[in-house]
Amino acid sequence: MAFDPLTAVHRFGLGPSPEFALPQAADALLEEAAARDPFARSHPIVTTDKLFALDVTYREKRGLVREAEGQAAKDAAREEARAVSRQARDRAFDDFRALFVRHVGRPYGLSERLVTFWSDHFTAVGSGAIGQYGGASYANEAIRPHIMGRFPVMARAVLRAPLMLSYLDQVLSTGPNSLIGKRRKGRGLNENLAREFLELHTLGVDGPYSQDDVRQLATLLTGLSIERGKGFVFRPGIVEPGAERVLGQSYGGDTIDAIDAAVEDLALHPETARHLARKLAVHFVSDTPDDGLVRHISTRYLASDGDLAETTAALLEHPAAWNAARQNVKWPIDFVSSSLRALGISASAIESASMRDVRTLAVNPMGRMGQPWGSAPDPAGWEEEDTSWITPQAVAERVSWAMRAPVRLTSELPDPRDLLALVAGDSAPPELRFAVDAAQNRQEGVGLVLASPSFQRR
Amino acid sequence: MDRRSFLKSGLIGCSAAASPLLTPITLASAPWEGRLVVIILRGALDGLDAVRPWGDPDFVPMRKELLGRDPEQHAIGNFFGLHPGLAGLVPMWEAGELAVAHAVSTPYRDKRSHFDGQALLEAGNGGDPFQIARDGWLNRLLQIAPDVETRTAFAVGRDRLHILSGPGTHATWSPNTALRLSPQGAQLLELIYHDDPLFRDAALQAMDIIEGIETAPALDDDTMEDMEMMATPSGPTGRVTGEVARFVVEQLRRETRIASFSINGWDTHARQGPQITRKLEELSQTLELLKTGLGPVWGQTAVLVMTEFGRTARVNGTKGTDHGTGGVMFAAGGAVRGGQAYGTWPGLAEADLYKGRDLMPVRDIRAYAGSAMRGLFGTSVADIEKVIFPGLDMGADPGLLR
Repeated sequence: MAFDPLTAVHRFGLGPSPEFALPQAADALLEEAAARDPFARSHPIVTTDKLFALDVTYREKRGLVREAEGQAAKDAAREEARAVSRQARDRAFDDFRALFVRHVGRPYGLSERLVTFWSDHFTAVGSGAIGQYGGASYANEAIRPHIMGRFPVMARAVLRAPLMLSYLDQVLSTGPNSLIGKRRKGRGLNENLAREFLELHTLGVDGPYSQDDVRQLATLLTGLSIERGKGFVFRPGIVEPGAERVLGQSYGGDTIDAIDAAVEDLALHPETARHLARKLAVHFVSDTPDDGLVRHISTRYLASDGDLAETTAALLEHPAAWNAARQNVKWPIDFVSSSLRALGISASAIESASMRDVRTLAVNPMGRMGQPWGSAPDPAGWEEEDTSWITPQAVAERVSWAMRAPVRLTSELPDPRDLLALVAGDSAPPELRFAVDAAQNRQEGVGLVLASPSFQRR
Repeated sequence: MDRRSFLKSGLIGCSAAASPLLTPITLASAPWEGRLVVIILRGALDGLDAVRPWGDPDFVPMRKELLGRDPEQHAIGNFFGLHPGLAGLVPMWEAGELAVAHAVSTPYRDKRSHFDGQALLEAGNGGDPFQIARDGWLNRLLQIAPDVETRTAFAVGRDRLHILSGPGTHATWSPNTALRLSPQGAQLLELIYHDDPLFRDAALQAMDIIEGIETAPALDDDTMEDMEMMATPSGPTGRVTGEVARFVVEQLRRETRIASFSINGWDTHARQGPQITRKLEELSQTLELLKTGLGPVWGQTAVLVMTEFGRTARVNGTKGTDHGTGGVMFAAGGAVRGGQAYGTWPGLAEADLYKGRDLMPVRDIRAYAGSAMRGLFGTSVADIEKVIFPGLDMGADPGLLR
C-alpha cells in the first residue's frame, strides 16, 4: 500500500476540511509538524509562569481568609480567592479554544495529533484550585516544542515540568542522607515518578528493570523540585549523596547532569525504542500493528539517536501504515475536532464561541464519550483499544452528538452528500450513500455521516 | 418532579421504539436469586491503613506517621480496627454483614504496575507465565451460567471494566446516557453499522438498554422508598459513585444479578492521610447506601471490594506509601458470613514481609471470590478452578457466605 491523500489526513491528521486542499505527499504533513506553531502569537496558551503567579495570589487570598476577623470579612476574602480561581478557569476555557483553533486551523493536523500523542505518553494531571488547569501549558511547553525534536530532550523537559513533578510526587521526594533529609525526620524517598518513568515513559512494563532499578532511579531523581511562584528548581539540599546504578550503569556527581545522563541512556535503550515504536504504530495505525512497521520505526529511532522527526517519517513511509482499510477508532477529542473541520467551522467561530457553547458542545460531550478534558484517569493515559471507546454508552453519546451538535455549531449545515464526498471520497460504502440520500433532513444526513464508521475510524 | 421521573431522569431520550433493531427485552427469570456486586478500587488501596492490625506489635511503630496522635481504634474483633474514614461500617460489622480478608493478593508479583495489576485482578487467570486473559472472570462465569440475559450482568460507569468483558452476554451502561435519534434515524443507523460489528453491537445494546429502561415496569413503592433513602456519598468522586450505585440498586432490584463498577483515586504516594480518609468515607457511604437501597434483597447480596495490590508496609519519605503486594478485601452484604476477619495474619516483622518491604500475601484473593460464587450461585469448584480462575487452587473453602 502506498500514500493516499484522504487516508493521510484521516489517519495521521485531523481529517479533511473544505478549507484546505489534501496533501500530495507525506512530506507535507511532516513539514507542517516541523514548522513553528503558527498560532503561538495570535492564540497563545497560558504559560506555567502565569498560572504560578495566579497560584501565589490565590494562596495569599486564602491566607487572608484565615486572618480575617468576623464572618463578613471572611466571606469577602473568600470571594476574592474565588475570583482568582475563576480567572484560572476562564484561562482554561481560553486554552481550550486556542487548542481547537489549532485543530481546525492546521492544514492537515499531524502537528496536533503528535502533541496529543506525546502529552498522553507523558500523562500529567494537575490538582488544586489553580493547578488543575495546568494541562494545556504543560503540553504547550514540555511537549509541543519537541514533537519533531529528540525524544531524550522531550523527556528531560518533562522531568523539569512542574505539572509532572507534582503529579507523580517527585517534588516531595528527599534523599534520606541529603542535607535536608538528615535534618528533618520524616522526609524521604518517593518512587512514583521513577517507576512510571521506567514502566510507562521509557522501557515499558515488560522492560528489563527490577524493583532495585526503580529504587535506584528514585534515589537518582532526588533534587528535581518546584519553587512556589517560580517553577522548576534543582535543589542540591535534597539530593541523596553518592552514585546510583540504574540498569547496571553508574550515575554519580549528585548534579542534574547525572539525571540527564541516565535519562539519555534510558531513552535510547533498545527496549524504549521498541516500546515507543509499538505505541506509535498502535496509536496511528492499528491496535494490532504489523511487526515490520514496528521494527522499521524502532530501527530508525535508534539509528537517529531518538530523533522524532526521523521516527515519525519512518512511521509515515512504511507500506503497512497505508493499509486502505480504516481501522482505529478516533478518540473523542479527535472525533469532535475532525467533525468541526469537516463541517467547515472556522477558527474565528471557535475563537468567539461563548463559554457555555464550549462547555455544552465540546467539553461536556467529550467527557460523556469517555474522555473528560485534561483528566486522564491515571499515569498510563487514555486507552488505545477501540473496544474501550465504542461501548454502548459511548456510542450513544457519539451518535447523539453527531445528530444534535452540528446544527448548533453552524447556521450553514453542509449538504450531507457533499460532506460524504469530502470525508470518504469515492470509497464510501453503498449503504452509507443510501442512508445519506434517505435521511429525512439535512441534520440527520449530516449526523449519519459523522456517526458512520467511515468517519469514526481512521 | 415526581418520584418516578426523578429516578428515571436522564435515562430517557431515545424514541427509537419503532426500530427493527430492537429486540424486546424479555423479563425472563434470572438464573439465580443471589446478587453479586464487585467494586474495583483502582490505584491500590493501602490495606494496612484501611484495616489496621492493632494487635501486631510492629504495626504502630511502623505506621506512626499515618496514625496521628491518639487514634481511635474503631475495633472490629480483637485484632483489627477500621480506619476512621470507615467508622460508619462498624455497625455493619456488628450486624454480621461485613467481613474482611487481609493479606490477600492476585498471583501478580514484583513489577507492581497498577495497570498490569488491575488487568490481572479483572482477568482472574494465573500469573506464571504472566499473561492476561482476554476476557474477565465475571464474564467467564456468565459464559457457563444457564439462562443468562443481557440484563443479568451490568458493567456500570464510564471506566472500562475488563472484569465483565468477553463473549459472555452482559450489558455495559452509564447512568444519564441518552441516545437522541428519530425512528428513521435508528433504521438508517442500523444500516450503516451493519457491517461493522464493534459499532453495530454497541449501538444495538445501547438501544436495547434504553428501551428496557423506558419500558420497564415502575419500581414498586417499597423499592422507591428505599432508593429515596440513599444519600449521595461525599468525597471527590462521590457524586458519580452515587449515581452509579443508584443505577446498580435499580437493576439489582429487578432481574439483574451481577454488577460491577470501580472507584478511582487510591494511589496515595504522598500525604496519604487526608486523601485516603476522603476516599474511605466515600467507600463506606457507598456500601451503606447499597444496603439501604437494596433493602429486602440485601439479604441475598454479597458485595466484594477488591484492589489490584496493597502498598508498602512502611511509610515512605513523603507521608505516603508506594506500590506493594498483600492487600485487603472487603465483603459486605446480608449473604456474607460477616463480623469476622478471614485468613491468617502474616506479621509485620522484617522477616515476615514480602521481600522485606510489603505485607506478605497469605491467600489468593480469587479463593474468596470463588467462595462467594459457590455460596451465591452454587458454582462448582471445578468450574471455579478451571474456567473462572484458571490456575487457582481453591484449597479449603473459606466459607465467606452464610
